[in-house]
Amino acid sequence: MIRQRILRLAAPFAVAVVFLAAWEAGVRLTGVQPYVLPGPVLIAKAAWTEGPSLIGSLLVTLRITAAALAAAVVFGGLIALLFSLSRIVEISLFPYAVILQVTPIVSIAPLIIIWVKEPFLALLVCAWIVAFFPIVANTTLGLNSADRNLADLFRLYGASRWQTLRYLRIPTALPYFLAGLRISGGLALIGAVVAEFVASTGGAETGLASRILEASRQLQIAKMFVALFLLSLAGIAIYRCLDLLSYFLLRDWHESAAADRDE
Amino acid sequence: MALDGISKRFSSGTQALAGVDLRIAGGEFVSLLGPSGCGKSTLLRIIAGLVEANSGSRAVAIGRGLGRIAFVFQDPTLMPWATVLDNVLLPFRLSRRLQRQARERADASLRAVGLAGFERAYPRQLSGGMRMRVSIARALVTDPELLLLDEPFAALDEITRLALNDDLLRLWRERRPTVVFVTHSVFESVYLSTRIAVMTARPGRIFADLPVDLPQPRSAALRTAPAYAALCETVSDTLARAMAAAAP
Repeated sequence: MIRQRILRLAAPFAVAVVFLAAWEAGVRLTGVQPYVLPGPVLIAKAAWTEGPSLIGSLLVTLRITAAALAAAVVFGGLIALLFSLSRIVEISLFPYAVILQVTPIVSIAPLIIIWVKEPFLALLVCAWIVAFFPIVANTTLGLNSADRNLADLFRLYGASRWQTLRYLRIPTALPYFLAGLRISGGLALIGAVVAEFVASTGGAETGLASRILEASRQLQIAKMFVALFLLSLAGIAIYRCLDLLSYFLLRDWHESAAADRDE
Repeated sequence: MALDGISKRFSSGTQALAGVDLRIAGGEFVSLLGPSGCGKSTLLRIIAGLVEANSGSRAVAIGRGLGRIAFVFQDPTLMPWATVLDNVLLPFRLSRRLQRQARERADASLRAVGLAGFERAYPRQLSGGMRMRVSIARALVTDPELLLLDEPFAALDEITRLALNDDLLRLWRERRPTVVFVTHSVFESVYLSTRIAVMTARPGRIFADLPVDLPQPRSAALRTAPAYAALCETVSDTLARAMAAAAP
């Protein structure tokens, strides 16, 4: 059991060490230029010098991500509620939600940036468009998945529409919503980064994407690697946070959380 | 309670019930016995008022108020996100009568099914038999006049099933609700009921109405009594004839 756990940590770590060593050795032996491919040592140095200012930019990107995710939760949840309350509304509007979802954000972003003058708001709208669909789709599915017999029981005891929603359909939908939220968290970050790429806003408030573009124009490849590393760290952190949230909300009763504990 | 000429055809075209007449007096324990797919569950839902019949009349003489009719499904049908206590309190919550008296009745109901001390547990932490007990406690908490059970023990193992049979008999003796019990087990129907309505398959109708003249109160000793065995055989024969009558 414990040996298994050690192996689980040690094996990926060993792979990383071997990979980085081979990378560094390869760069040194072939004499490839650092503006094509810098070695890990050079990247580490760049992380030391550029890190603090890049983290500042990361925070800008994360602010947009968080705001977009919050908007996706509020509006995605409300839209799902609306869909579940009226079948006709769902049938009429769902195709448009799908269209919004399948149209690549890079192609919509320029339009939104023209229409919405305030840069923060424009980026937020782009990230929101990418993030809201999984929440809408999952929550709608969940709200319509209530146990048929339980629904009959509610009817037998004369439950109102509101009570059925509050005590039956919303709790049923919670695990579905949380699964959607975990997907949306990652998508909101991607949406924010893509929108920044398109907007490539200058000025004091620059997000991480603009910094990557800027570094690429100046052939500061090591800095690009640092920024990429920070982005993936942020993505992982968002996923883990939402995963934990889901665990704490469901641990008492849902099978998904139970499986985690028994492991 | 009286049903007259109840017929039901599903939108798929299946004729589930054709002219069912059934009269049940207060305090009776009636089993609806029949093969799978004979419409006995549909009949129970019509009695509960959950399904509308296409024709025929349904008259259920019960008082007005909360939970006069209670229903126990084949699955425990509990809310997995709610504790045992909250599940049992559901009828009161839905009628906005969550006062202290409700809590007392929930406690009494849980004690009656032998689950005192499990109030804070979640359904997932309980065995199949215990979940079914919670389901029965929820049905009893409003002290219903009409208790409808739809093959409640079909999914349980034999040992649990026998124990729950005895529990159900005891609860019926103590509180005397009218019980309609759907089952496809001959032994269960004979052991529990005061009367057995044998149904034919598709379209379902009542083939025979057999009284069960076995002494009350009943206990496990009855299972080995000659009278019990003889009656089981009679019911078994009737069921076989009912199935033969329905065959084309």
